[in-house]
Amino acid sequence: MNIDIEDLTKTFGAQTALHPVSLTIPSGALVALLGPSGSGKTTLLRILGGLEIPSAGRVRFDGQDATGLRVQDRRAGFVFQHYALFRHMTVFENIAYGLRARPRRSRPTRAEIDRRVHRLLDLIQLPDIGPRYPSQLSGGQRQRVALARALAIDPRMLLLDEPFGALDAKVRKELRQGLREIHDSTGLTTVFVTHDQDEAMELADVVVVMSMGRIEQVGPPAELRSRPTSRFVETFLAR
Amino acid sequence: MSDVVHPAHTPVTTEPRTVRLLVILLVLSLVAVLLLAPLAAVFTEALADGLPAALQALTQPDARSAIVLTLLVAAITVPLNAAVGIAAAWAIARFDFRGKAFVVTLIDLPFSVSPVVAGLALVLLFGSNSTVGGWLIAHDMRIVFALPGIILATLFVTFPFVARELIPVMLEQGRAEEEAALTLGASGWRAFRTVTLPNIRWALLYGVLLCNARAMGEFGAVAVVSGKIRGETTTMPIMVEMLYNEYLATAAFSLAAALALLALVTLALKSLLEWRHADVLAATRRH
Repeated sequence: MNIDIEDLTKTFGAQTALHPVSLTIPSGALVALLGPSGSGKTTLLRILGGLEIPSAGRVRFDGQDATGLRVQDRRAGFVFQHYALFRHMTVFENIAYGLRARPRRSRPTRAEIDRRVHRLLDLIQLPDIGPRYPSQLSGGQRQRVALARALAIDPRMLLLDEPFGALDAKVRKELRQGLREIHDSTGLTTVFVTHDQDEAMELADVVVVMSMGRIEQVGPPAELRSRPTSRFVETFLAR
Repeated sequence: MSDVVHPAHTPVTTEPRTVRLLVILLVLSLVAVLLLAPLAAVFTEALADGLPAALQALTQPDARSAIVLTLLVAAITVPLNAAVGIAAAWAIARFDFRGKAFVVTLIDLPFSVSPVVAGLALVLLFGSNSTVGGWLIAHDMRIVFALPGIILATLFVTFPFVARELIPVMLEQGRAEEEAALTLGASGWRAFRTVTLPNIRWALLYGVLLCNARAMGEFGAVAVVSGKIRGETTTMPIMVEMLYNEYLATAAFSLAAALALLALVTLALKSLLEWRHADVLAATRRH
């Protein structure tokens, strides 16, 4: 699914989180929103996911206006910064949550839910952790469970907020590869937020550099490195 | 070297044995004098003339009506305050709005105002001398010196318990899990039922138990609004006082013991629940 963002603005009281920003994300792309804290990247991601309502501007999914679309109807697989796993539910119940929340007409049967959850557990290469609680998992395992939970709803896009932020360096590298593989096998349009330029440059097809609520530059990693259009991009990538 | 005692094995936080014993002894004796002794005294006095006499005192019509009234008031006020407390905590923990700090302070008001003042305020508002009260009485609705007044007074006094327990828990948990539920397609109500409520259930239970204990035990506010009409508007604590003032020690202490017993039952219930769900409690602590 491709995403068109047109003159999107967001203010919180007197603070402007996003100055009008426009961006087109082609279907199937793996896009990084890169910038320091306070650059508006998370706000942009949350607007795409329907968790924030923009003050002005439009969002289109495949050309259809989705600006006012309810969060429940967006089918956006969202992975939260600290994963936000339901701590009172087992891993199985976490992943099954989205399927069980469907209206009765479109809700899969028990056997079907069981089958799908196990297929997702296989996909994240943790086939045996279904009965465990989130508190019994390592950080890397939690991240993968959060990804499986987001994928369970058969999403139209994947949105990830600092998906590797809370992990140590070694696990981070492994999981980057994991996300790349999941993206390539599902073909989902994927947008992730990061403040780590290495991560953005290594993983993404397209990097969107943001600062102070504005988009500084958009392009493939190689292009950003060879032809930065502003001083900010140049220094931020050089760190 | 071998005969030297290494101080290194003892943790740095440990105090000398005598100090430890002294502190423990002090706490235990305070608990005994302040908490256990009065409780024991109530039960001994109640049973001074034997169990049959105590039970007989409880079956007197006035005592029975007091017990029924107290249970009725608790049964009405506790669920109401639980619902309002959840709503208040939710609003305060999840949303930013103008006057939020004021609302938080207001929730604490019943803790800082004397219950007698609260009762008096209700009498002033709804008594026969006020406009509202006059109108209500003219339309055959009694608030003061009747059940509605007792319920209002109890609601006021017990208002903070549930909200106070929930606000810190909900603030600490943040809204990410609820948002996750919404992105997975759950309606707001479903997210509340399946994610918010299970996360706050222990704080809620604790708040409800405290609220219940206070609702059954409230004296001051209820004493003012109820008018102490024997057999009609006397709750257990008020009946205890009336019986005691009439030198009916066995009856007074029997009723007091029954009230204490109700409180002990709720405490036991809470401990039982905590014990039975210890595994889930440990697993769902903040990770």
